[in-house]
Amino acid sequence: MSDITSKSLFELTSNIKEKKLSSGEITKAFIDRAEKSKKLNVYVTDNFEKAIDQSKKFDSNPNFDLKLPGIPIAVKDLFCTNGVRTTAGSKILNNFVPTYESTVTQNLWSQGAILLGKLNCDEFAMGSSNETSFFGNVQNPVGENLVPGGSSGGSSAAVAANLTPVTIGTDTGGSIRQPASFTGTVGLKPTYGSCSRYGIVAFASSLDQAGPMTKNVRDCSMLLEVISSFDQKDSTSIDYKRNCYSKELSKDIKGKKIGIPKEYRVDNMPDEIEQLWKNGISYAKDCGAEIIDISLPHTNYALPTYYIVAPAEASSNLARYDGVKYGFRSHGQNLIEMYEKTRSEGFGDEVKRRIMIGTYVLSSGYYDAYYLKAQKVRQLIKKDFDDAFSKVDAILTPSTPSSAFKIGEKTNDPVSMYLNDIFTVPINLAGLPGISIPAGKDKNNYPLGLQVIGKPFDEQNILNISYALEDKINFKNDISDWWLSE
Amino acid sequence: MSIDLKTVKHISKLARISIDDEKANKLKGDLNNIFEFIEKLNELNTDNVQALTSIAETTLRFRKDEIKSENIREKILKNSPEENKDFFVVPKVVE
Repeated sequence: MSDITSKSLFELTSNIKEKKLSSGEITKAFIDRAEKSKKLNVYVTDNFEKAIDQSKKFDSNPNFDLKLPGIPIAVKDLFCTNGVRTTAGSKILNNFVPTYESTVTQNLWSQGAILLGKLNCDEFAMGSSNETSFFGNVQNPVGENLVPGGSSGGSSAAVAANLTPVTIGTDTGGSIRQPASFTGTVGLKPTYGSCSRYGIVAFASSLDQAGPMTKNVRDCSMLLEVISSFDQKDSTSIDYKRNCYSKELSKDIKGKKIGIPKEYRVDNMPDEIEQLWKNGISYAKDCGAEIIDISLPHTNYALPTYYIVAPAEASSNLARYDGVKYGFRSHGQNLIEMYEKTRSEGFGDEVKRRIMIGTYVLSSGYYDAYYLKAQKVRQLIKKDFDDAFSKVDAILTPSTPSSAFKIGEKTNDPVSMYLNDIFTVPINLAGLPGISIPAGKDKNNYPLGLQVIGKPFDEQNILNISYALEDKINFKNDISDWWLSE
Repeated sequence: MSIDLKTVKHISKLARISIDDEKANKLKGDLNNIFEFIEKLNELNTDNVQALTSIAETTLRFRKDEIKSENIREKILKNSPEENKDFFVVPKVVE
């Protein structure tokens, strides 16, 4: 029944608690729909058989005190899942079966959720369109041959297509918020240190964060509440008191000061996005918020900074893929040749490009000119936000400079692909929380998102502002199920 | 500043990724485009700016050094591309 799969997480948990639906019925409904949705290519690995067993187990001895009681959930294939293949979208991890569980997914299962399967993503989360995945591109349910965004493209498509009630993605430079924007869904990147990075395939360690991707803001608050936790196993996890985000969710944003940064008005930005932003501003005013013009003067330097810091960290993190202990191995006459061929054949072009950039900027003689310079500019970018947040409670911007583009449209021009993340990257560099909510459509009827940025650890505030805006915007996705097969 | 073919090959050696000439030429073009974009940072004077080394201003914690995981040797070895009893096998290193 499609009406089960179109329900929100809030509705599904209520239905289970009121015994209107069983975990078995819900799990089966999502699996049935997935079987007819292969054309979207959202799954890399499914866990359907085990999921059915687990849902029956839940129903025979249900615990309704849990926050995700018997709820089936598919997750991005960047989270290590004990005993279930985890590929990070790469050939080099094609046959890798983790012997441990990421903290964030463990938090889901501890609250009663059931793993549906692993969702497609850009290789090692490097991409903005899900086209760098070894397992092929993902179709955006919004329209045929349209990218779902990236890197959490399988995740955004799965939520938009009702193939999972909610999901979790990861965001290093926009990988949750940009795909959410492209598919008319909600995606939140928490403050750095909010969600544990333990067991997540590392891309750029000082930027990576896991976060919820959902149909609406309330579901987002429910899921964040489950996945955000202090974890001894991640040395950058921060021990602070986390809110009960869903309980404290409120549309009352009267008197909140919302900043509008003039630097986010970029050249060649479509009029529709400018208009969307204006609408968002007037909705915020209607809700009683105070609008304040602000300046984030180093915004234009965020992307170049990111394209030094992220590849540098990636080149170091990806050094472990050498074909020795796990993953794909090619053959060589000696050890060095084995390494070189393994990495040459195991990594895709974008990953190799970024490893090369990272290796170069960290190499002898170039470190000061590039890496150190970038870390200094990163300080300036962070200071821009510190200054802004002395005047305002949150910042409102568009999520992306365009709507979803066609598959293949930007694959030959890395720099034009990178420009997709122009509004999301600064937030990762500054370690702040940011959320993208669907806010309207362009002339092709493709969704567009608005981003709300908050102070560190102030997720409650950006959730509340989004909750209030969501109510005023009243976005409808109108997805036609064009991909379904019998 | 531009990156020449020799540099591309040197970086690929450092990164332990073998590339043929055709790939190296393609990469040379890509890298030069990307670095042209990155050079924008030189517009900024950062002489008196302290580099940001950690975004979460926390000090690293100490914990007790104790074994917490069970014996998972077999499971670990199962992921190995080539194994021999309890060892990972690699091409001969000592001549």
